[in-house]
Amino acid sequence: MLKYLLEKEFKQFFRSRALPKMAVIMPFMAMLIFPLAANFEIKNINLAVVDNDKSVTSVKLVNKITSGGYFRLAESAATYGDAMRGVELNRSDIILEIPSNFERDLKREGEAKLFIAANAVSQTKGGLGSAYLAGIIGDFNKSINTQLKDGAITISPRFWYNPRLLYTYFMVPALMVMVLAMVCGFLPALNIVGEKENGTIEQINVTPVNKLTFILSKLLPYWIIGFVVLTICFFVAWFAYGLVPAGSLATIYLFAALFVLSFSGFGLVISNYATTLQQAMFMMFFFLLTFIFMSGLYTPVANMPDWAQKLSIISPLKYIIIVLRQVYLKGSGFTDLLNSFWMLSAFAIFFNGWAVLSYRKKS
Amino acid sequence: MKVIEVENLTKRFGSFTAVDNISFSVEKGEIFGFLGANGAGKTTAMRMLCGLLVPTSGKGVVAGYDIQHQSEKVKASIGYMSQKFALYEDLKVWENIRLYAGIYGVPEKETKERTDMLLAELGFEKEKESLVKSLPLGWRQKLAFSVSIFHNPEIVFLDEPTGGVDPVTRRQFWEMIYKASERGITVFVTTHYMDEAEYCNRVSIMVDGRIDALDSPSALRREFAAASMDEVFRHLARKSKNNGL
Repeated sequence: MLKYLLEKEFKQFFRSRALPKMAVIMPFMAMLIFPLAANFEIKNINLAVVDNDKSVTSVKLVNKITSGGYFRLAESAATYGDAMRGVELNRSDIILEIPSNFERDLKREGEAKLFIAANAVSQTKGGLGSAYLAGIIGDFNKSINTQLKDGAITISPRFWYNPRLLYTYFMVPALMVMVLAMVCGFLPALNIVGEKENGTIEQINVTPVNKLTFILSKLLPYWIIGFVVLTICFFVAWFAYGLVPAGSLATIYLFAALFVLSFSGFGLVISNYATTLQQAMFMMFFFLLTFIFMSGLYTPVANMPDWAQKLSIISPLKYIIIVLRQVYLKGSGFTDLLNSFWMLSAFAIFFNGWAVLSYRKKS
Repeated sequence: MKVIEVENLTKRFGSFTAVDNISFSVEKGEIFGFLGANGAGKTTAMRMLCGLLVPTSGKGVVAGYDIQHQSEKVKASIGYMSQKFALYEDLKVWENIRLYAGIYGVPEKETKERTDMLLAELGFEKEKESLVKSLPLGWRQKLAFSVSIFHNPEIVFLDEPTGGVDPVTRRQFWEMIYKASERGITVFVTTHYMDEAEYCNRVSIMVDGRIDALDSPSALRREFAAASMDEVFRHLARKSKNNGL
């Protein structure tokens, strides 16, 4: 029985005008276009420098900072107060103050202090700006280091796992999740509601096809298509960004399967309650947007307010995004991701159980 | 032998009683007409018999199975053609036949042979590879009917099968119904075309959820001293509280 239903689904899928094309275009869009648009990398941060030292080293440091493209030297102020006025007038975003004995301290004591003040009104500019600045000084520090053997400037953060802090690297694995969610969560649900709207589901309901067979006939094709699409995503990420998972692909596929199971269960629940495509679409978008913003796709969950962090446990997207980012960037293995494993399993059981219970062949 | 037996079947939706305590039975091989004005409860009663709707109370046995507790077995023994055209428009003619034959467990080889025979009978040979959406309505209805009896069910339920179809096609459709009946398939058909009621062996007329009359068309005409079924129907329908007549 399942064989005939699957045959039907595939025929309908490939016969439809838009779906097969969308399935191929979507991974390319998601991998190539979205990361550019969703780029939080900031350039042209206005920097005010208060150079009290005016030594060779301090000039070198300022040159290094302004040559990278991230910072624009907006002002060379004589005093910190002058620079502060610049910030107040919105001329500059960040102040770097170099103390008067910078070079001497560095040479004599092998240690020197810098002062960075950021205007945090524009949170991203201020926050990311000071992080970038610290990064550049860290670099400078290294070159000083080789010159001076043991000399050091105290700031030296490093961006672990994504050393170049490329936003793309951060976004791409998460966008793969979005593609999966669309193909495996949306499409089968909309397909079922479409059959409700056409009345064809009634013809199926009056046949001896059982619940599980019917549901599987809707899910299996999209699971297969979802995995093909995911695989295309891997290749696009590899060719376009040279991004290959630091961990194993098998781990990704395993977790993707689990996620797909839970998210298509979620889609089924919606399809059981919606009677028209319009209702289904609206419910889907409502929940998908909630899930996305709670997932840490854009804002890291750790940066959210306390209540939002608590709420974020309801987003299945959160766990799979964690998995993809960690496997891709950090090379985590299955044992590092147990929390996600259990959470996704719980979602899969919850949604699919709900879907089977709420699906009625008769009313 | 009775293939449908219904006793005190009732369906309520909230405070509205759509089907009100009806009882009747249908003999094997009969063409049973189920008549009634719009909203009289025909479709609701039929959907209960097909296992699509759970009765509020009462009992029904279709093809030897209880409609409430053995509805999946009922489904395996019946064919159903709904008011709304329900074949897949984006599948070809033969693909629709193959799908439903497969669902009912008709062996693949048999399906292949009989598909060609069926299409020849319908005069659809050239349309085998056409998408169903490209067929005119009358043809689709004929195809839908053929699909609903392809697996040789004991009973076929037809819910207003000829709605919106031209008189010539309607006539052909009824010839198909007679052929099915000759094959031993019991036909349970709802309609509001009174000329079609004359073609049935027996008809029941539903008014406000109850069966007000049930007999052969000729007996009913005699009982109500009417010249046609149309007159019988109007006589009964006038009693209805909610048809605005």
